[in-house]
Amino acid sequence: MRDKPLIAIGLLVLIVVAAVAFMAGRKAANTPPPVTATAATSANLPSPGAKPAAEEAPQGNQIDAMRRGIPVNQEGAVPSLAHVENADIKRNRAYPMQPPTIPHSIDNYQVDKNSNRCLLCHARANADKFQAPPVSVTHYMDRDDQFLATISPRRYFCNQCHVVQTDAKPLVANNFKDIDTILSEQPEHKAN
Amino acid sequence: MWTRIKSWAIAFWRTMRRPSVHYSLGFLTLGGFVAGLLFWGAFNTALEATNTEAFCTGCHEMHDNVFQELKSTIHYSNRSGVRATCPDCHVPHNWTDKIARKMQASKEVWGKIFGTIDTREKFLDHRLELAEHEWARLKANDSLECRNCHNYASMDLTRQSSRAAEIHKRWLGSGEKTCIDCHKGIAHHLPDMAGVPQG
Repeated sequence: MRDKPLIAIGLLVLIVVAAVAFMAGRKAANTPPPVTATAATSANLPSPGAKPAAEEAPQGNQIDAMRRGIPVNQEGAVPSLAHVENADIKRNRAYPMQPPTIPHSIDNYQVDKNSNRCLLCHARANADKFQAPPVSVTHYMDRDDQFLATISPRRYFCNQCHVVQTDAKPLVANNFKDIDTILSEQPEHKAN
Repeated sequence: MWTRIKSWAIAFWRTMRRPSVHYSLGFLTLGGFVAGLLFWGAFNTALEATNTEAFCTGCHEMHDNVFQELKSTIHYSNRSGVRATCPDCHVPHNWTDKIARKMQASKEVWGKIFGTIDTREKFLDHRLELAEHEWARLKANDSLECRNCHNYASMDLTRQSSRAAEIHKRWLGSGEKTCIDCHKGIAHHLPDMAGVPQG
């Protein structure tokens, strides 16, 4: 057993590393979580330092969308499911080429090889009958810009780009400004 | 053989048209009434027993295909817990129509015995045909089974989304279309719909 001292030293190092990690973890747990939890979460979790600010948008370097800033050794309250808005009120697009969101619920719409429920109303041939906005002509073009008689196969699955509108809060912070906002800010910068 | 049947039939006929020797008229009428009561009760019980979801999904053809598809729809699971079971939509509720449908269903017994759709592949091959039968039936009776619950006169259009209200008023209210014209595939998945008008 020539390795005996070596094993002893190894064990010692391991214990020291574990102790340091444990202390560091405790310290991290005591510091306030980077993002305030929602009202329901903070009510259920009297975690030290959790600010009782409700319904606040995510801030800063929030990348922990799933855990919402709740420490890993605590269990967060499950947020309620978002509701789909079914009021036919169209939202503005955040940027020019954004696929428009769907202003109605699409529960159980069958979109597969056999049938496409969306196109029942939104196909160009049916749009007048249902007073629905027809899909853009670009959706009838193949990738060489040649027009097809029916919807292009690459555009067939509507939900790949278009999603329903819900009342969900943003999960991660976002500083995106559209061009109109930037343009409207220009004169202020010049004045300064 | 034939002569024996003939002689038996003649003997039976003679017995039937001769007045009773041993039994009183009262016994025969009351006995007939009670026997009729028992027969009718048994008949109706059996009829109702075949009119349940448990009976329908007793066969794997229904249980593994269409019943599984129903489970994710609003007719199986919803806010208020009101359910539509198989016969609510697939069997007419009033008696004569129900009996007529039950007689047609003998074709389905035939299909069960000879395994017309006893595999998933066979079922998918027949799916369009089966669906077309149901669409034709609902189109012919003006979506009677839908209207057993969904009454246009009781629809509060203001509580529907504006889009749904508009379309219902324009097509259903005018009587130009019936429920099944637009609501195909509401409880089960659709087969290949190429060439089938929807809405």
